[in-house]
Amino acid sequence: MKEKLKNSLILFLTFLKIGAFTFGGGYAMIPIIEKEVCEKRKWITEEDILDIIAIAESTPGPIAINSATFIGYKIGGVFGSFCATFGVVLPSFVIISIISLVLRQFSDSLIVQYAFNGIRAGVLALLIKALVSMYKKCPKGLLSYILMGASFLLAAFTDVNVIFVIIGCGVAGLINSLIMKRRAKN
Amino acid sequence: MTLPIYLELFLTFFKIGLFTFGGGYAMLPLIQEEVIAHNWMSVENIVNFIAVSESTPGPFAINIATYVGTETGGFLGAVCATLGVVLPSFFVILLVAQFYKKFKESKTIQSVMTGLRPAVIGLIGSAIVTILLTVFLPNGFDLTSIVPQNFLVSLAITIIMTILVFKKVHPIVIIGLSAAIGIASGFLLN
Repeated sequence: MKEKLKNSLILFLTFLKIGAFTFGGGYAMIPIIEKEVCEKRKWITEEDILDIIAIAESTPGPIAINSATFIGYKIGGVFGSFCATFGVVLPSFVIISIISLVLRQFSDSLIVQYAFNGIRAGVLALLIKALVSMYKKCPKGLLSYILMGASFLLAAFTDVNVIFVIIGCGVAGLINSLIMKRRAKN
Repeated sequence: MTLPIYLELFLTFFKIGLFTFGGGYAMLPLIQEEVIAHNWMSVENIVNFIAVSESTPGPFAINIATYVGTETGGFLGAVCATLGVVLPSFFVILLVAQFYKKFKESKTIQSVMTGLRPAVIGLIGSAIVTILLTVFLPNGFDLTSIVPQNFLVSLAITIIMTILVFKKVHPIVIIGLSAAIGIASGFLLN
């Protein structure tokens, strides 16, 4: 019991550190997780990391949260998963709360407005990079291209609820696989 | 029926957390839809916040939940929104963790992912369109309202930053440079 509590505290602190030092999204967290949880504490193995990435990618929610919850569970059960998740979320929560206060003070400043005018144009570049990265990783094929196009057009130019677009694409993937399977049988 | 703001925040971000696959920017269309439908933030502010989120630690989902929560409902609002966005992940992973080997190898899950991966790309594309409109047509499709200097400066920034980002320049540097050019051109042109 004491061991479990101690592990959970270490989980909390480890993920607090991970959460505080990971910039730029979930995937950036993986090397840090590897270092802290795999190398340093030997709690999980290299193959486990691959499992974790695969699962974190295939479940809803941010990769950071999924990874933290999963690792926390493996090491300390439900309480462990709670501690790890709480740890990874806390730094963001505190920092953004502070920033929102700061932004409110300065939002009327002309300098800040000009700065953000420029920043919005720069954000486009970040998104373009993200698009290209995701595109390279996505398996190609007729289904992929159709769904890419359909989801883009529906989300960008129609009022169709994005949730339906997402569900629709998931279902399309499922149906496509069933069709492939049937064709392979014949 | 008007729900108290805290419940509204929790439910909305729970929905967002539940349907976010492929992380970060793929969520933007969904976040935009929900946040704007509730009148919590303008598109412009959402785009501003992307930059803020890139410059602070933590996933975009958590950051924006905390931010919207704070702005609309103070500390408790932030707790409700953040809790909302985290819970779907938390529960799904706990469910899956029991038999994750089977989950990983499940043909059904893999099939669904063959549909979701391209969707992520389409959604990011949609987010790009939204931001393009915000940056280059801030006053809507009234073409007479475009200020040529601003348009050109924005275009220059986008092109320069795109080149830099593909040269692996760090996002924070990109944001910093964009801000600097924005400030300089703002004062020079006005």
